[in-house]
Amino acid sequence: MINLAFKDIRHNLGRFLLTTAGISLLLIVVMGMGGIYRGLIQEATLIIDRAGADIWVVQKDTKGPFAEVSKLPRNLEYRIEAVAGVASAEPFVSHTVQRNKENRVLRLTIQGVADDGSWLPIIQGRALQAGHFEMLADKSARLPLGSTLKLGKDVYTVVGITGRMNSPSGDAMVFLSLNDAMAVQSDIPAETIRLERQARLQRFDTLPQGNTSVDHADILMSETHRPAALPGRQISAVLVKVLPGHSIEAVLEKLRSIPDVTAYTADEQREIMLSGFVARSRKQLLLFRTILIIVSTVVMTLILYTLTLDKLHDIAMLKLIGARNGVIINMILQQSLLIGILAFGMARFCGEWVYPFFPRRVVLVSFDLWVLFGIVVGISVLASCAGIIKAMRTNAGEILS
Amino acid sequence: MKSVALSAENLCKTYGAGETAVHALDQVSFSMHAGEIVALLGPSGAGKSTLLTSLGLIQPPDSGRITIGGKTVFDDDYRVNVRDFRRNNIGFVFQKANLLPFLTARENIRIALEVNDASSKESKLVADELLEHFELGARRNFLPAQLSGGQQQRVAIARALANKPSLLLADEPTAALDSHMGRKVMELLKNVAHSHNTAVLVVTHDHRAIDVFDRIFIMEDGKLREK
Repeated sequence: MINLAFKDIRHNLGRFLLTTAGISLLLIVVMGMGGIYRGLIQEATLIIDRAGADIWVVQKDTKGPFAEVSKLPRNLEYRIEAVAGVASAEPFVSHTVQRNKENRVLRLTIQGVADDGSWLPIIQGRALQAGHFEMLADKSARLPLGSTLKLGKDVYTVVGITGRMNSPSGDAMVFLSLNDAMAVQSDIPAETIRLERQARLQRFDTLPQGNTSVDHADILMSETHRPAALPGRQISAVLVKVLPGHSIEAVLEKLRSIPDVTAYTADEQREIMLSGFVARSRKQLLLFRTILIIVSTVVMTLILYTLTLDKLHDIAMLKLIGARNGVIINMILQQSLLIGILAFGMARFCGEWVYPFFPRRVVLVSFDLWVLFGIVVGISVLASCAGIIKAMRTNAGEILS
Repeated sequence: MKSVALSAENLCKTYGAGETAVHALDQVSFSMHAGEIVALLGPSGAGKSTLLTSLGLIQPPDSGRITIGGKTVFDDDYRVNVRDFRRNNIGFVFQKANLLPFLTARENIRIALEVNDASSKESKLVADELLEHFELGARRNFLPAQLSGGQQQRVAIARALANKPSLLLADEPTAALDSHMGRKVMELLKNVAHSHNTAVLVVTHDHRAIDVFDRIFIMEDGKLREK
């Protein structure tokens, strides 16, 4: 049997390709939305997974650095290291800065690393070697090797480029030594320090000189006379690794008994991240995807309906020569499916080139692609319905009109 | 004695109602024999096309009886499955060729055969035979847009004959052609009637080729009379 759908497409190839290209553009966006969601999850859990900690110790009654501000004293790691079952405790410093560089806004998440960072996916350059003023920057920061950036009071040189290291909010991550990261986080302007020193000296001036009585000691300890302290260096969390053979739950229980901290397992920390920040984005992306799929269906329906309207005369002729309804339905359905499937393939192919230019990372997962393929087949069938109904209502007598 | 290919009895068709009612067919009765070519003449609005579409089961009459090839296909109580019946028994040719623009000349004939369950091989064979018969063998792979009006009309006639119908209905088949080509197509239809033993009913305004017809009917105000 002559394939009428194929013959018609061949005859109107330009129109068919333009239609398919239009649908594929819509599908690129639908596919991209799904990919952005997957990328969001990957970025959100990236640092949790990469850190490889068994337990996250954060500020008391907070959900940790991924949900809210968490401040811990610098020396907490030594107290935690003393807990039985703890193999290592490393400070975790992470904060976001925004700078302008070469007329562009640069949002960076600064991450402190306790070692040289050689475990990071370095795609160009080397790991950290000097103790200070070197940084590893993610490719998405667009900071080339050897370029410099002023953070706090110091200038840092990019010595290595990492691939696909973005924070949950999509900002490029840069990696400094732990001390440098803390220095940037705790940077206090020189004027603030100068003023504090001045204030301190003034307070000492009010003290009675040479008097060492108990009363004066009380005055020294009172709120008004105690030298005001500028905040010392703080960390966001302490990452704990448990010794082999020890139960994570048991160590967790002990850490939770420390009054000024809260401890979570890595899974709990991941769950906090996904249920908070990511969940809202997921709903938003799902809404966008749903709207886009509806738009695609409506567009496809209109296109196929118009294509069918253009063929009503031919359909009437087919009916006149005795073609069964199945022949006509097949022609419309096959064209619809061909448009849908080719548009999907085109979107998949073009997406590979387009997605790297998206501001957020797009991660395409086979499962998502198969689901979308199923949806495309579904909407292709749905979209052909209006055309099929119109074709079925067409009378052979319309050949005379 | 040739068999009766088409018989119409008391066909009536009215458009509208009351004072504005138009009787397009008013008790029309006639018959045609196999292998006969008959002209249907008459002024515009006389009911010629209505009679043709009624006989072709495109727009059934309000009442009456139609018998094609000895089988009653329409009467007051019974209507045949029109699409199935048309496929095997009736061929149509119109003023425009109405070829499917995305199929070649050969494929336009093949599709008429293949919707009637002919195999691909069989349909190619029959289509090629018909194209040769109508001197279009060299243009079998041409799209309609690449054929002249006369060639398109010949392909349309070939398509109408593909399933060997007992009745061929032609509605002003030469209206879009020049006189030379019009004459050629009329002679072709006569040849079809005689060589294929098909009853051919032609609605026409073209009096220049009137001599090709075996009989002539004239239609006026919905009434039919033989000239």
